[in-house]
Amino acid sequence: MTDEERQELLKKQKTDKLTPADRYKIPPQDMPEQDPVKRRSNVNEVATGYTETHARLEAMRCLQCKKAPCIKGCPVQIKIQDFVAAICDGDFKKALAVIKENSLLPAVCGRVCPQEVQCQQTCTVGLKFKDPTKAVSIGRLERFVADLDQEEIIPTVAPETGMKVAVIGSGPGGIVTAADTRRAGHDVTIFEAFHKTGGVLVYGIPEFRLPKAIVQKEIDVLTEMGVKIVCNFVVGRTRTIEQLMKEDGFDAVYIGVGAGLPRFMGIEGESLVGVFSANEYLTRANLMKAYDFGKGADTPIVRSKKVAVIGGGNVAMDSARTAVRLGAEKVYLVYRRTEKEMPARIEEVHHAKQEGVEFHILQSPKRVIGDQNSRVTAIECLKYRLGEPDESGRRRPIPIEGSEFQIDVDTCIIAIGNIANPLIRQTTAGLEFNKWGNILVDENCKTSLDGVYAGGDIVLGAATVILAMGQGRIAAAAINDYLAKKKQKS
Amino acid sequence: MSHKIVSKRKLSENVFTAEIEASLIAQAGKPGQFVIISINSEYSERIPLTIADADPEKGTIRLIWQRVGKTTAELADMKADEKIANVVGPLGKPTHIENLGTVACVGGGIGNAPLLPITKALKKAGNKIISILGARTKDLLILEDEFDRISNELIVTTDDGSYGRKALVTEPLKELCQRDQKPNQAFVISPAIMMKFCCEVTRKFNIPTQVSLNTIMVDATGMCGGCRVEIDGKPKFVCVDGPEFDGHKVNFDLMMKRLDAYKDQEQKAYEQYKEHRCKIGLDK
Ligand SMILES: Cc1cc2nc3c(=O)[nH]c(=O)nc-3n(C[C@H](O)[C@H](O)[C@H](O)COP(=O)(O)OP(=O)(O)OC[C@H]3O[C@@H](n4cnc5c(N)ncnc54)[C@H](O)[C@@H]3O)c2cc1C
Ligand SMILES: Cc1cc2nc3c(=O)[nH]c(=O)nc-3n(C[C@H](O)[C@H](O)[C@H](O)COP(=O)(O)OP(=O)(O)OC[C@H]3O[C@@H](n4cnc5c(N)ncnc54)[C@H](O)[C@@H]3O)c2cc1C
Ligand code: SF4
Ligand code: SF4
Ligand code: FES
Repeated sequence: MTDEERQELLKKQKTDKLTPADRYKIPPQDMPEQDPVKRRSNVNEVATGYTETHARLEAMRCLQCKKAPCIKGCPVQIKIQDFVAAICDGDFKKALAVIKENSLLPAVCGRVCPQEVQCQQTCTVGLKFKDPTKAVSIGRLERFVADLDQEEIIPTVAPETGMKVAVIGSGPGGIVTAADTRRAGHDVTIFEAFHKTGGVLVYGIPEFRLPKAIVQKEIDVLTEMGVKIVCNFVVGRTRTIEQLMKEDGFDAVYIGVGAGLPRFMGIEGESLVGVFSANEYLTRANLMKAYDFGKGADTPIVRSKKVAVIGGGNVAMDSARTAVRLGAEKVYLVYRRTEKEMPARIEEVHHAKQEGVEFHILQSPKRVIGDQNSRVTAIECLKYRLGEPDESGRRRPIPIEGSEFQIDVDTCIIAIGNIANPLIRQTTAGLEFNKWGNILVDENCKTSLDGVYAGGDIVLGAATVILAMGQGRIAAAAINDYLAKKKQKS
Repeated sequence: MSHKIVSKRKLSENVFTAEIEASLIAQAGKPGQFVIISINSEYSERIPLTIADADPEKGTIRLIWQRVGKTTAELADMKADEKIANVVGPLGKPTHIENLGTVACVGGGIGNAPLLPITKALKKAGNKIISILGARTKDLLILEDEFDRISNELIVTTDDGSYGRKALVTEPLKELCQRDQKPNQAFVISPAIMMKFCCEVTRKFNIPTQVSLNTIMVDATGMCGGCRVEIDGKPKFVCVDGPEFDGHKVNFDLMMKRLDAYKDQEQKAYEQYKEHRCKIGLDK
């Protein structure tokens, strides 16, 4: 579509009454992005964002459905049709205000939500084209208005209540809990194990997908609101939850420590030099800025020539695309199902392919092979076929016997998920867990301990940013209730 | 929150010690535990160092480190009153301390530093302590006096015979094991290769042996798996499952290979740093 055609269409919005048929005719607005060849060698954000014209045209594609089925797909029920209508009218301030009623981190969620299985899956326009990527680009619109918002508005804080809230972990769940409990006037402290705040948003998701400055801005707002942030503090080690509550005077606690331990496959050769968990690889690259090793940064990272990434989720895509940026000549993505079953966002799969990542589907490693120095030289894989659907509804991968073959690589990155970190479990008596080590909570995110709430990956297993955020909201509301009652009693 | 260096001293050519403000860690730390430090925020590497001693009243911890690469060199160049940006801890599982009877505490090189608090605690629990300290040469021997004070018997060896007995620590360890009253347990902390050979000795005599592993770490909270070692053929994370393990079950060969994973890059960084400190006159 040319710019002139775009302008032409925009004019129509003002003069004509558009019918649904007219709206269906407006082509989905692609997001401008960095050239795939150029971006292979930089860590800047890939998708550069809509212009005002793009955004308004995309918003015009929305039919303003009476029942707005899109809202049901959004875990925090943003009033999507209202904010999209405001964009149509060019009232971006109002659009943002509508979003912020339900979501505190639109700049983040607009970028990383798996929209095609959430809000855009249920969008009428997408259903019409039988393709959620042709639905109204709700996430991109959300990002657009969030990015416009230059001056940060600091939410008003209620008068001090004198009650103390401890938030453990500064991931999306923790950030939201801290903001919402602080707004109610409580004295809130975030305890973070790392030297940097933001959780997976800073150490996991790479800069080229979510610029760190966006996360930092949200943290700065918290500080402005008077939330205290204590880094380098490992709850369970530096102090236990019991000490925080009994000795340090915290009246309520939110546990948002994320999932933690990386899963390995349990195959031969997995401890060889050159085999990494995605967590390690991404933490070295993102948090420790290892791509600048020798140019200031002190943390090294392997400079691989041939890399195999095992897995098909966002974490696998992020690892593969990070390897590309670190100069690998060949990056293979090895996944035991097919592209259709990949849990990664469609956009990330698309970007990974554009950047030259080679997809090896229906394959999975059986062992990792090393040389006499224990360095990885190859992976031996088995071919797979798909059988009947399993509990998750996805077709079960079945190994084909005798189909072994080798792929020569010097690095193997395992991105098959995480399991719950046992530290809180080992150090908190009375807290109840399920058999996978996730904390058990009720519908208000309350745990088995009085005054202790939990949410995000440590409760849900592997979740998403928006789900963690949603739980943070629920927990904060419950904490505010709990503390109001507690105050009345005293 | 940064951490002030209260005092700093050189113990031998390449070994340094400092007392650092870290009151919460001083209160919570137990023998066998360590901290992760990074000197500045943005670009510094995170490195693990054992809590060699703690003064909960004063709110300080003592670190003892050997200059082997960029970060330990940078730390060695710092002075009292300067600040370390990040100190996290106490991390890892504390050593299980009980009265076992007679114990052998074997330290090699910088390993004496992490061994000291454990030996102290074992002494306090009523054990009879036989310490064996090994060093390449006399100038590299550290903490002899401290060990002398708490040991019922102290044996010192040097590789070159410049002090104590000319031997590797495995020799006196073997003799100990051959005594009528052999140790009930051994605690060995040293470079990996020496732990490996000590474990081979004690295995023959069926003496349970605890080792403390010094793998490369990133987060030290169990999140990355970079510190993993093979224990009995299964992967374990040193930072959360350790740092202490049954030495007879450790795959030391693989661990040593993993320690060298970044050798070339690390050497380059160290060379660069040495050049830099030369330029700014720190060498004088
Ligand atoms: C590489 C990668 C890519 C992803 N991509 C997407 C995506 O595109 N879209 C999406 O929706 N989701 C994505 N996710 C998932 C999403 O990031 C998580 O579901 C979400 O961040 C979970 O949030 P949380 O609030 O549970 O905390 P986390 O973000 O997990 O943060 C937990 C924080 O707690 C800290 N902590 C842990 N233990 C302690 C302790 N004992 N004391 C103090 N602090 C502690 C940790 O250091 C960390 O900072 C991705 C995840 C990864 C790893
Ligand atoms: C639980 C634990 C406790 C430790 N306690 C102490 C302590 O009390 N005092 C002390 O001096 N050191 C201790 N170490 C080792 C210390 O962490 C490393 O020496 C340090 O990380 C080196 O950093 P660097 O940047 O100076 O050198 P680097 O540039 O990282 O390494 C220089 C060279 O040293 C070797 N090396 C790298 N990491 C290690 C390691 N972890 N152990 C041994 N050799 C290594 C490599 O072969 C490398 O080529 C401990 C390690 C662990 C895991
Ligand atoms: S928060 Fe996520 S799911 Fe909800 S509307 Fe925004 S992009 Fe869609
Ligand atoms: S379902 Fe789609 S078209 Fe309908 S209101 Fe929501 S975004 Fe608009
Ligand atoms: S250092 Fe990351 S898991 Fe141990």
